[in-house]
Amino acid sequence: MFSKSTHDIAASFSRRGVLAATAGLVLGLASLTGAKAADDTIKVGVLHSLSGTMAISETTLKDTILFLIDEQNKKGGVLGKKLEAVVVDPASNWPLFAEKARELITKDKVSVVFGCWTSVSRKSVLPVFKELNNILFYPVQYEGEESERNVFYTGAAPNQQAIPAVDYLMKEEKVKRWVLAGTDYVYPRTTNKILEAYLKSKGVAQEDIMINYTPFGHSDWQTIVADIKKFGSAGKKTAVVSTINGDANVPFYKELGNQGIKAKDIPVVAFSVGEEELAGIDTKPLVGHLAAWNYFQSIKTKDGSNEKFIKDWQAYTKNPKRVTNDPMEAHVIGFAMWIKAVEKVKSTDPDKVIDALPGIEAPNLTGGVSKMLPNHHITKPVFIGEIKGNGQFDVVWKTPGLVAGDAWSKELDGSKDLIGDWVGKKCGNFNTKTNKCLGSGS
Amino acid sequence: MPAHLSARLCSLALSLFLIAFALPAFAGPFEDAVAKFANDDFSDTEEAIGVVAGSGNKLAFPIISALQDSRLMADPDSKKVYVTGADGKSIDAATGEAVASVPDSASAVRLNNRLRRSVDAALGSLTLQSPDLSTRLQAAQSVFKSHEETALEAVDAALAKETNRSVKTALGEARAAILLFKSDATEVEKLEAVATLKARGDQEALALLTGMGDQPTSVTKAAASAIGSIQNSLAIWSMVQNAWYGLSLGSVLLLAAIGLAITFGVMGVINMAHGEMVMLGAYTTFVVQEVIRTRYPGLFDYSLLIAVPLAFLVAGAIGVLIERSIIRFLYGRPLETLLATWGLSLVLQQAVRTMFGPTNREVGNPSWMSGAFELGQITITYNRLWILLFTLAVFAILLAMLRYTALGLEMRAVTQNRRMAASMGIATSRVDALTFGLGSGIAGIAGVALSQIDNVSPNLGQSYIIDSFMVVVFGGVGNLWGTLVGAFTLGIANKFLEPVAGAVLGKIAILVLIILFIQKRPRGLFALKGRAVEA
Repeated sequence: MFSKSTHDIAASFSRRGVLAATAGLVLGLASLTGAKAADDTIKVGVLHSLSGTMAISETTLKDTILFLIDEQNKKGGVLGKKLEAVVVDPASNWPLFAEKARELITKDKVSVVFGCWTSVSRKSVLPVFKELNNILFYPVQYEGEESERNVFYTGAAPNQQAIPAVDYLMKEEKVKRWVLAGTDYVYPRTTNKILEAYLKSKGVAQEDIMINYTPFGHSDWQTIVADIKKFGSAGKKTAVVSTINGDANVPFYKELGNQGIKAKDIPVVAFSVGEEELAGIDTKPLVGHLAAWNYFQSIKTKDGSNEKFIKDWQAYTKNPKRVTNDPMEAHVIGFAMWIKAVEKVKSTDPDKVIDALPGIEAPNLTGGVSKMLPNHHITKPVFIGEIKGNGQFDVVWKTPGLVAGDAWSKELDGSKDLIGDWVGKKCGNFNTKTNKCLGSGS
Repeated sequence: MPAHLSARLCSLALSLFLIAFALPAFAGPFEDAVAKFANDDFSDTEEAIGVVAGSGNKLAFPIISALQDSRLMADPDSKKVYVTGADGKSIDAATGEAVASVPDSASAVRLNNRLRRSVDAALGSLTLQSPDLSTRLQAAQSVFKSHEETALEAVDAALAKETNRSVKTALGEARAAILLFKSDATEVEKLEAVATLKARGDQEALALLTGMGDQPTSVTKAAASAIGSIQNSLAIWSMVQNAWYGLSLGSVLLLAAIGLAITFGVMGVINMAHGEMVMLGAYTTFVVQEVIRTRYPGLFDYSLLIAVPLAFLVAGAIGVLIERSIIRFLYGRPLETLLATWGLSLVLQQAVRTMFGPTNREVGNPSWMSGAFELGQITITYNRLWILLFTLAVFAILLAMLRYTALGLEMRAVTQNRRMAASMGIATSRVDALTFGLGSGIAGIAGVALSQIDNVSPNLGQSYIIDSFMVVVFGGVGNLWGTLVGAFTLGIANKFLEPVAGAVLGKIAILVLIILFIQKRPRGLFALKGRAVEA
């Protein structure tokens, strides 16, 4: 009797938390007071920027976790307890990410954190998670070259996105000349380094590769688009591999469209353009340009899991036009894996959950089952989608099976002998040549 | 007897007629090919396009053009393929017979980029003799692009009949492109082809010449000289192009900076919230377009014209409000002004983020703002051209206002010598508010134009604030002409540096140059002289 009434209190508090969370800034306070009053909930930290430049991408992920928690609580929570979200706003400010992570773990005593988008924010919170021994689920495609005990990478590693995309262009579009265009920061630079090494290993000459970096938020693309046009007029089929960061893509595609470069002449394959980004532009001139992801909203599944997810999500957000995207799916998989691991060890103790996670399987939204690997990356299918006139993607190619994420790229000299193995070797950067663990540091 | 014969002939003709029509209705390469569209396999579709386009069947054109507009429906179960028309009527693609309705299980045949190229090539050779001039021109151009040997006959046939000069040239170029890659073309034909391409002299001609592979030595030689001459002329054009890009970038810088030239340049307020005024202008455009989309879709092409005065009023009114409630208490205290307006910019950003959401908002380009035209060998996009003209118009109007209106006179008087202006009976605090409102309003107008080339998001303003200060300081504080010259100088310098140094280094180089310049001339390009400086 007593326990039932506390459950009700917990439920009402978490519902209150959820409601407030969607409302805006007040929510942090509301769920904090909720946290203090209800002790027998399991707290889940949400570390996504709700203001500043990254709010554009990260707000959706915050909503995703709140939605997943809501769904899980409807099913009775986990280990007989309700889940409760603790939402903080690191405001697109990298040092603040570390501060907020510390606050979540020490003050709010969360059992797990779902968060971060940019690599630099992940690097900023890493020491905190190591020191306080907690778990971070990181949902965004990234440059790889990392495997940490406290972090689970549910987004794509370069071999789960960039390399298959290049393979597709080589085989299907017979591309011989490559423009690697990116925003000037760590993810594009590392990815392009990997791609350059990969292309050269496939016999592409140096003069057939053009690498171009632009500042964040670059908006005047005239010169670069003209350069691409010029580079593409060497009599060989040319394609652009774009690691241009979200926001700068809109003026880039607009300039391409205005200068009359069509996808059938010079296709652009992008790694950071998804349904969410396309929602802000007129996609007619972009039809045929490509994106590589592990999930597309338009994918039809035999068991209807994607369709159901989209329907539930749109009902939850009360917006029938709300789109879904790849990092959201990564959170869905990561969240399901965490629940399964907690149920397996019947505890939310980070040490136990970290040991239990490798090997856990969870269905992804494209009809397959993803598995957590010993290097803390997961297996995923890779899809190439063409942009359609309605802002969605038409899948034109996919890998035959699931691709296992490589923490360390096989294309780079510095990392091709390294593996991450937190099960057997208990090491994130084990050198298979020398049989030694390089130890801490990435 | 003759009657007998004619009856025989009749029956023969009839049977021939029957054969001619009945045979294709059953099995033939054409029908097999059409059925392949239903396999939903890109290689099969490509094969089918080739066979259908080369079949000479009169259904080829309707099928391929339907494929291009995704009006070709295929039923994967029955392997039947249908062409649906814009009028809702459908025909069976294999037989050409009208069908009542397309089954629900049929879906449009999918294309990828490779197939789109095949479709273009196929349509090109099918429409070379179309009665419509622009279709013919387009057809010739797509044959030029694909330069497949199979199209040579069609090109020759079209060339013989063509009367229009520009289409004739395009056809000649298409023929040259085909011959260049045709392995059994004679040396003379190839030399002629090289000459034709040399005369065309653009990047596409260059692409063909550099990619033509093994050729007889005389052809290789001719091609090398053609490549050299095309590259020389393209190099000159690329200078022109850089200059144009520079002007265009300069106009964007100028547009963003004009408002600041008033609030910072003329009034001396370090206005960190200037960028947010630009953003408010862009969001005004978004709201105007939303209303037009839902209520008056016919007015879409005028949306920007409607948005300009509204953006001026919205941003201007907020500017007056800011001046009256915050800035007027801080005159003469630059540090506090800086902090207060910076805080204000964050407040405005978050307010917009809460109201409109953190994601980008779609602001469409009216038809007259999209696309481009070719001027010689350079591409000039309409949106950039209009923005340049618009910027110059705004600048001229502002200048005229300051020079010829009573308010302009008062503004100049107050900013040059406040106390004397006050003694002459000018209500200085009212003029302050109006001046700040004017600067903000112009920033709002800038937002309308910038919404056409940049993201409309709460962060829009941030990306322009640094550049705007740079332009105003470089041009000379308090001088509108300085702002104009400063903006275009920076724009052109940036665009000439960018191809050499890259976008990131180019921007750094510009900043370093400005810092050095300011060391030498602290008051910028056009320093104000005389007593006004001290006031």
